[in-house]
Amino acid sequence: MNRKLLKKIVAKTGFALLLAGILLFTVFPFYYAIVTSFKSGSELFDVTWWMSSFDFSNYLSVIGDGSFVGSIWNSVLVSFATVIIAMAFGLTAAYALGRVQFRGRSAVLMIVLGVSMFPQVAVLSGLFEVIRALDLYNNPLALIFSYTIFTLPFTVWILTTFMRQLPKELEEAAIVDGASPMTTLFKVFIPLMWPAMATTGLLAFIAAWNEFLFALTFTLTDDQRTVPVAIALLTGGSQYELPWGNLMAASVIVTVPLVLLVLIFQRRIVSGLTAGAVKG
Amino acid sequence: MAHTTPAPVETGAGGKSPARALPAKRQASRVRRQRLRAAWLFLIPMLVVLAAVAGWPLMRTIWFSFTDASFSNISEYGLVGFENYLVYDNGAWYGVLADPTWWNAVWNTLFFTVVSVGMETVLGLIIALTLNAQFRGRGWVRAATLIPWAVPTIVSAKMWGWMLHDQFGIINEMLLGIGLISEPLNWTANADLSMWAVIMVDVWKTTPFMALLTLAALQMLPSDCYEAAKVDGIHPVRVFFKVTLPLILPALMVAIIFRVLDALRVFDVIYVLTSNSADTMSMSVYARQQLVEFQDVGYGSAASTVLFLIIALLTISYLYLGRKQIGGEA
Repeated sequence: MNRKLLKKIVAKTGFALLLAGILLFTVFPFYYAIVTSFKSGSELFDVTWWMSSFDFSNYLSVIGDGSFVGSIWNSVLVSFATVIIAMAFGLTAAYALGRVQFRGRSAVLMIVLGVSMFPQVAVLSGLFEVIRALDLYNNPLALIFSYTIFTLPFTVWILTTFMRQLPKELEEAAIVDGASPMTTLFKVFIPLMWPAMATTGLLAFIAAWNEFLFALTFTLTDDQRTVPVAIALLTGGSQYELPWGNLMAASVIVTVPLVLLVLIFQRRIVSGLTAGAVKG
Repeated sequence: MAHTTPAPVETGAGGKSPARALPAKRQASRVRRQRLRAAWLFLIPMLVVLAAVAGWPLMRTIWFSFTDASFSNISEYGLVGFENYLVYDNGAWYGVLADPTWWNAVWNTLFFTVVSVGMETVLGLIIALTLNAQFRGRGWVRAATLIPWAVPTIVSAKMWGWMLHDQFGIINEMLLGIGLISEPLNWTANADLSMWAVIMVDVWKTTPFMALLTLAALQMLPSDCYEAAKVDGIHPVRVFFKVTLPLILPALMVAIIFRVLDALRVFDVIYVLTSNSADTMSMSVYARQQLVEFQDVGYGSAASTVLFLIIALLTISYLYLGRKQIGGEA
């Protein structure tokens, strides 16, 4: 009896330690960035585990920097536009792929899946030429155009998965009533697809917000950059001295909205990720 | 991308119906025809967009790989055949395939892919098994595990860059404190350590993805075989290897393949953490350096094309192996 109790205590402690380890592993780096962002001057170079000061000077200097605020604005614009475009083309395509039986459907699904596997660098020079031809070089519009390459395939893929799960009877009723496919899509499916659209839109938004390679290559000047590029290229007084305080403040500013979104919508995000991958 | 009209299928199906077809039946086939037409009308915009942002640029990249185009003036170029790939000139081989830096990048990418995906799978499995247990505050822990996934790659590279700082980094401080090292390590610049620093960041960032996919697979498992195992008094470790692992393996494999294909094209984390250092350079970093920094679009495109072929080959074999599964669902 005593041994059983001991075993139970050991198991419980072990589990608690495991949980603590997982939490430390996942949360600590972000927590440490927050701690650092509130330090200034020489405090930065003393390693502390806890919040040692609340100095907002890093935040003020980042926000006071017009080009950083400009790049937040660019990122917001690019991400929203990318989501809207992916939704517009993805929803109609998902209706066709999810609700209609036709020859060549698997081929289309294969193409969509294939494009989502494209290494971005493989289209870099081709896209650069297209962007030059459209006169969009060093313009956030070029990013909206190029981000479609990765947002559209997974939008189509996930929305198709969700679309397929909706009951058949809904559509049959609409057809009996003589509704056209367009009406069926807009009046019957889209109202039911809001949760799926929120999930997919959120994933597309995060993907566009975080993208780096295209943004680095297709923009040139500070005022056209998106946030990831602005952070990557943030430099201090000299080449060897990075402004870590500002860097961490900027990192926290651009990450907090995402972390909040993820915490609020965690169920949706998990369902979207699993629909996109497990069922693929 | 070509579009075939689906009409022949329909007329074929209609031809089979008996001549005394009821009006209702004719009505049904009319509806079906209308739906097919609508399906293609709905698909064509998406396919056109994909062709514009993916198909055409890819073809142009492959085309550029046979030219001597430059980044500053991409519209004027001459054809050079396979020179960017491999050429024998004056007693020496030139081209991407003869460049030791490229092969070093290939090796780095493969090493990175195998080690980080392996570690992510194991850690993801551990986290998923933990989260699969019933305990108070499980929702919060699951939400916390999503944080690294939400942090932009650039930000996580910078955050880790600070934690791994050679003079003021908390990781050196920690390791010095425990006595594991006697002097601070220069994680991101030391040739032996920098790849491990990159792997560390990537593992931190993508383990949540693996954990969540594994957790989803775990939660779909039937509970009856576990009850049976419990009744028979089989050790949990044995149950894991004999029951759980085989059952979640298909889902786990899909997640691993997704991660492998993703890791093979790694760019951001390496570029930000260690810039163009040869010790960590991946295939994507190599190709972009040639394209943008050295302005050699022809040569860079050749490297990109080789990378594309490697990934395409892997994707095709995966699709071929998984065709039944997808076909069954489609």
